[in-house]
Amino acid sequence: MRAIALPRIGTSKAWRAEARALLSARVPPEAVSWSLGDPAPDLFAAPSAPLPEASAAITVPQAFVQLADCAVWHSDPERFARLYALLWRLPAERGLMSDRGDPALARLERMAREVRRDRHKMTAFVRFREIEAHSSRRRFAAWFEPSHFTLEPTAPFFARRFGDMDWSIFTPTLAAHFEAGALRFADPPPRPEIAPDATEDLWRTYFRSIFNPARLKPKAMQAEMPKKYWRNLPEAALIPEMIAGAQARAREMAEAAPTLAPARAARIRERLAKPEAPPPPAERPSTLPALAKALESCRRCPLWEDATQPVPGEGPPDAPLMLVGEAPGDREDLTGRPFVGPAGQLFDRAAEAAGLDRSRAWITNAVKHFKFQPRGKRRLHQNPDSGEIQHCRWWLELEREIVSPRLIVAMGATALESLTGDRRALLKRRGGFETTSDGAPLLVTVHPSWILRLPDPAQRENETARFADDLRLAVRRIAV
Amino acid sequence: MMNAMARLSLDQKLAILSDAAKYDASCASSGGQRRDSRDGKGIGSTTGSGICHAYAPDGRCISLLKILMTNFCIYDCAYCVNRVSSNVERARFTPEEVVSLTLEFYRRNYIEGLFLSSGIIRSPDETMADMVRIARSLRREHGFRGYVHLKTIPDADPLLVEEAGLYADRLSINVELPTDPSVAAYAPEKSPQRIRRAMAHVRATKEARSEKTHTGRRGPKFAPAGQSTQMIVGADGATDATILTTSTRLYAGYGLKRVYYSAFSPIPDSSAALPLVKPPLMREHRLYQADWLLRFYGFDVKEIASAAPGGNLDLAVDPKLAWALANRHLFPVDVNRADRETLLRIPGLGTKTVGRVLATRRHRTLRWEDLQRMGANLRHARPFITLLDWRPRALADEENLRARFAPPPEQLSLL
Repeated sequence: MRAIALPRIGTSKAWRAEARALLSARVPPEAVSWSLGDPAPDLFAAPSAPLPEASAAITVPQAFVQLADCAVWHSDPERFARLYALLWRLPAERGLMSDRGDPALARLERMAREVRRDRHKMTAFVRFREIEAHSSRRRFAAWFEPSHFTLEPTAPFFARRFGDMDWSIFTPTLAAHFEAGALRFADPPPRPEIAPDATEDLWRTYFRSIFNPARLKPKAMQAEMPKKYWRNLPEAALIPEMIAGAQARAREMAEAAPTLAPARAARIRERLAKPEAPPPPAERPSTLPALAKALESCRRCPLWEDATQPVPGEGPPDAPLMLVGEAPGDREDLTGRPFVGPAGQLFDRAAEAAGLDRSRAWITNAVKHFKFQPRGKRRLHQNPDSGEIQHCRWWLELEREIVSPRLIVAMGATALESLTGDRRALLKRRGGFETTSDGAPLLVTVHPSWILRLPDPAQRENETARFADDLRLAVRRIAV
Repeated sequence: MMNAMARLSLDQKLAILSDAAKYDASCASSGGQRRDSRDGKGIGSTTGSGICHAYAPDGRCISLLKILMTNFCIYDCAYCVNRVSSNVERARFTPEEVVSLTLEFYRRNYIEGLFLSSGIIRSPDETMADMVRIARSLRREHGFRGYVHLKTIPDADPLLVEEAGLYADRLSINVELPTDPSVAAYAPEKSPQRIRRAMAHVRATKEARSEKTHTGRRGPKFAPAGQSTQMIVGADGATDATILTTSTRLYAGYGLKRVYYSAFSPIPDSSAALPLVKPPLMREHRLYQADWLLRFYGFDVKEIASAAPGGNLDLAVDPKLAWALANRHLFPVDVNRADRETLLRIPGLGTKTVGRVLATRRHRTLRWEDLQRMGANLRHARPFITLLDWRPRALADEENLRARFAPPPEQLSLL
């Protein structure tokens, strides 16, 4: 029997070195006994010859290294042997590390989980107290009792977090000191006395006040903050009285009669009081800003309920050209501006190619609110239906009246339906001049988002060029 | 009045202003950028996963110093302890006091950082500007690298919100109530449309900042842990289906990290407009479970609602089990063959267990014991699965099967 004693500081690294040597010397798990600190005298152990240096590099799955580096800090005295037994099986059993039903692996995974939880609880429940400083850096100390050998793997967390102060954490088996940016470990002194500091009272005040007595759930608290940690938590002493008084406090709140509002409430409310929301203007708005304002309270169809905001048209009030798209998309809904999403970008490129100055045209949509289906983290665009197009025509007609463009470009079937009452045969009608239902000149083209949805890149390129051609027609027509 | 305030000690102010903040459920300190102070030039770190430093007897985690800058407020929201018409004691921190409390609590490892909110004083812009000043001081003057969550004021200047996002890990704006008419009824000064617009602005700003400029560099990070919101449950008549539909819309539209559900809870000096009730804690819990199903289990809100008669979730069994009971023609599922989407729909199997099932299945066929080791809740799963050595008896009729999971009815108690 080979007896191996691992050091209390640097246990993980030492275990790995020993295990590597044992494995390359083909020493089976049952021939090794492991211990921490001084080796327990084993009367039957024969003095063992030194192992040869590990010859070939031993490769193990990354998952094992991670498991070992966690489970090795467990308090179970069997942990070293269990890890080595698993390591021993790895060369012959490929895929062992992903077999979550293997009992030996499951046991070690559970140990690793317990260590991880203990480490996490340490980062949560260590409570520092300020002590006298040695230098210009403030100095703090804490006493903590973890369930496993958790301090060494967890101390770097505290070094990263409390970079500009000196601190010490004492546990029953190890002490960690961080001084002037250097972390070191030492055997622990007998439990040190660390005097409470004044901030602890403020913390207790906070703990008491943030508690809602109407939602008493002590079991949920204890599941996450088990009693074994309470003796080192300054706030935990308050818990019994908080629980005892909770029901009475909740009842008092419920039974208290509503009081009269303080005097200043009336004054402030008077100051804030808005005139009741203005009734929809009897007259149609006669300017574009008034139109945009009125659009805010549009309830002509239910699309406003799910949208962020209506998206009014944009451009100079005397624009000779008006471009009408379908409806706002995701991006337009977020920003409140038309044609700023992917379709807007394609439009901008085509417009540039066609010599169309976007800032000199009035750009708007047939429908002013975004229609969509929520799907996970995205909103899937939906085409407005005829009813919605019909309701929103009121706004488009108003825009046309105020801007009175010389030519309107209908981009896509929805705009075409709104302007001519007929959405059929768009692709046959594109590039042609028509008149709107009320006799104004109109050019028909496709919607840029239709181009974006074409699967074939060459076809997309081709259609973008044709779209630009259509826009060029429009530019030429208004130049005459 | 100012004299009375000046006499309040820091301890008294802390008591008032944390009491005033406790009805906000959010306390998360997770997500966002990784930072530390190993360079010795500042204090604090964030690791991406939050830490709960304590738990109060209400079972809620205490991760952040959650306080109001002031509980003076000019608004009159019926559900709120701080509304203008309430007679609760008022207080106001100086920015220095907030900064110092945050740092001193942080150095003692009590907290992960600060969650600062405020009543609306004078004007939304002035209130927001004071909050930004506190965050700026923590980051710039004190090198604070811990977590900062700022509640933004919906009507504040977008430029102030943009600056807030430079210092804060998370921004949040509460939608408060699930429907626009409820907001109009109970929070008359708030506008649901302006709240949505503010959330849209945060999302658009965050996305714009994460895009590379033409020089190939990214701008400064904006609210790296994203935005969240809260809805109060049980103050108005909205059903769970309505609430979850609103959540779905919020997640999809504004890229929210979390929607918090807060059971309407008795407050001191309540308003006559909203009679107090026992907080519907179980309903709140079921909503969180359903929210998880929507986000991580591939459920659609309509599917969940279809198993919730009258639009409200079954309080006796969890929503996944309720869905499975209502759709038992889809079960039992063969754990050794089903795809991921189907496995995720089995009651008692979480995302982690499903991951383990898929990994192990590549090597061998699973038995009952394997599933046990993988952390499945077999009490829930048993009638819904088949394994190499397990086959459930024919699924019993609805009531019988449901009764096996539902706790026995309790005698009604008075509050």
